[in-house]
Amino acid sequence: MDPTITLILLQDGIVNGAIYALLALSLVLVFAVTRVVFIPQGEFVAYGALTYAALDAGQMPGSVWLLCALGAAACGASLWTQRRMLPPRALARLLAGTLGIPLAALLLTRELAPLRPGVLVQALLALLIVTPMAPYLYRVAFRPLAQASVLVLLIAAVGVHLAMGGMGLVLFGPEGSRAAGFSDGSLDLGSLTVPGQSLWIVGLTLALMLGLYGFFEFTLYGKALRATAVNRLGARLVGIGTAQSGEIAFSLAGLIGALSGILIVPLTTVYYDTGFIIGLKGFTAAIIGGMASYPGAALAALAVGVLESFSSFWASAFKEVIVFTAIIPVLLWRSLRGGVVEDEE
Amino acid sequence: MSVLRPAAVLLALAFLLLAAPLLAAGARADTIHVGVTVSATGPAASLGLPEQKTVTLLPTEIAGQKLEYTVLDDGGDSTRGVANMRKLIDDGQADVVIGSSVTPVSMALIDVAAEKKVPLLTMAAAARLVAPMDAQRHWVFKLPQNDSLMADAILDHMANHGVKTVAFIGFNDAYGDGWLRETERAAAAKGVQLGSVERYARTDTSVTGQVLKVIAGKPDAVLIAGSGTPAALPQKALKERGYKGPVYQTHGAANNDFLRVGGHDVEGTILPVGPIVVAAQLPDSNPIKQVALTYVHRYEAANGAGSVSSFGAHAWDAGLLLQAAIPAALAVGKPGTAAFRAALRDSLEGLHNVTLCHGITSMTPDDHNGFDQRARVMITIQNGVWKLLP
Repeated sequence: MDPTITLILLQDGIVNGAIYALLALSLVLVFAVTRVVFIPQGEFVAYGALTYAALDAGQMPGSVWLLCALGAAACGASLWTQRRMLPPRALARLLAGTLGIPLAALLLTRELAPLRPGVLVQALLALLIVTPMAPYLYRVAFRPLAQASVLVLLIAAVGVHLAMGGMGLVLFGPEGSRAAGFSDGSLDLGSLTVPGQSLWIVGLTLALMLGLYGFFEFTLYGKALRATAVNRLGARLVGIGTAQSGEIAFSLAGLIGALSGILIVPLTTVYYDTGFIIGLKGFTAAIIGGMASYPGAALAALAVGVLESFSSFWASAFKEVIVFTAIIPVLLWRSLRGGVVEDEE
Repeated sequence: MSVLRPAAVLLALAFLLLAAPLLAAGARADTIHVGVTVSATGPAASLGLPEQKTVTLLPTEIAGQKLEYTVLDDGGDSTRGVANMRKLIDDGQADVVIGSSVTPVSMALIDVAAEKKVPLLTMAAAARLVAPMDAQRHWVFKLPQNDSLMADAILDHMANHGVKTVAFIGFNDAYGDGWLRETERAAAAKGVQLGSVERYARTDTSVTGQVLKVIAGKPDAVLIAGSGTPAALPQKALKERGYKGPVYQTHGAANNDFLRVGGHDVEGTILPVGPIVVAAQLPDSNPIKQVALTYVHRYEAANGAGSVSSFGAHAWDAGLLLQAAIPAALAVGKPGTAAFRAALRDSLEGLHNVTLCHGITSMTPDDHNGFDQRARVMITIQNGVWKLLP
């Protein structure tokens, strides 16, 4: 093990850790606002990656049709829950949100997909297709259960994860895909060659974290989300729509998941079920961070990435064992230190 | 009443659905029922899907007897596989079962085959499915080549091309374990030294650590034991880190998606495969060529050009074995009886020199695979297509 290898492993670990950090952040966000342990996060990674890869190959991604179906389902669900009080303006907004966006995505994809318009447009289009699925899923699967216990929400999340996994197999097939990266260039730092895509990943992760920080600190929506996370009842008393907060949290999670997928698909082959294991590692990081602390989760994610990278060098057969076992001492320490854990509000 | 009615309708429907196979089975006593359980979803879907599609092309009549196929999906899950097989035999009166796609599920099916005394034709690869031969495996026949046959071919090629040390990167599962065992054995026999042994998971997004360690050991060649597109990941990483030596893959990598995902980075890979993969390039004197091309044409006519894979051919081979074995079994007993099933098993075991897509098989009481070195050819990848090596 010479210094070059150490550097390469460190670099690999940091790049993977950046992805885990993004996922850990969105898991913490969704859990704090809605109490849902968002297990389908990994599916958004896979959907984002495979949608982008399909667009990159000049094909029509199957996820567009799923988006349309989910939009219609969300529309139906919302019409049903709000059937007693639905002023025309709210109705128009609902229709635009649940039917207009999928339709726009469908038309745009139809026009643009065969043209192969370049990585940036493809990435934006993939985000447009995959991100809205998250709030639609929230409307269909989680909003009706918003008052249920964490356990019920967890089970609903497992159900959504299984359904999305199966749909992924139908839409994208059993084989994996790779796609072109944002940049083919690389940066030489002494003995270390840093691929451009890795810089993109780390840079976008940092930018997204800063953006989230600004969102939570300085915007009304961000503050409403934080208020909902701190105290749901209190937030409702001061007029914050907790359902709307949930929808925003899910949208952010969908966006982050899809973006992570788009970022990793040039580096590795992504399968319809790849996302789950990536999501689990983000989850490990989120747990180490206590499911509550954003900087804690992000740092833990970096640690998970580096630990994974070094254990794949020293003991590749036990890599996953080492990574997931890392949770145990942290949980022990937390439970010994923290005493009783508050479960329900 | 209006509340009750839908429930009553549902109950009636459920009853009909449950009872229909039983009623139907009674009416068709002398058709031969073939049960199929494949992993059409889940991690092994790229094996199970072509197998499932191939079943629709299998003969529906052999020696004047109608054949009926019932296909169930086990999702690569042993528990579901066992439940499927019991259902196929108990409810569907299967006389023979084809399945499953992967070794773990097929291992679990062995006990059911022995308990129900129904022959099982497995499309999974591991040699231990049919060896060592015992009372349980008495009922099991295996269609894919043994790993040992393929490992011998790889190590032969290495030894003949001056490879002294080889590094191994394999799946972190039963496939990788089996190949590691076979590689150790074959390498020792050929005097090739096995260097660093690294493992990775199918779903891994990075194998940088493993690849760096392999390169640090300076091996003459690298053997990657993975299946399907995940097998391309270590090879791309090797290339990225500047490894220049030859890379060997196993036959598990031989599908077109591997070429698609691997792109330029997998040019020059050397691997052993069943003859079907390069059927069109085989010499005309090879009897396998005709059989394999027939399957390729039938499959591509149904599923589009270029869609054929070597995995689906195992299901076709199962059909060929049945075609060869059923006539003799019909002379002994009627379909659906224990006598017929036992006779079918005996007849399968007695098959001699039957030409399949993947080779020429001669079963014996101790060898329920029956392939010899005619069942594999060495190929490489040239300009993005498989090329037969002389």
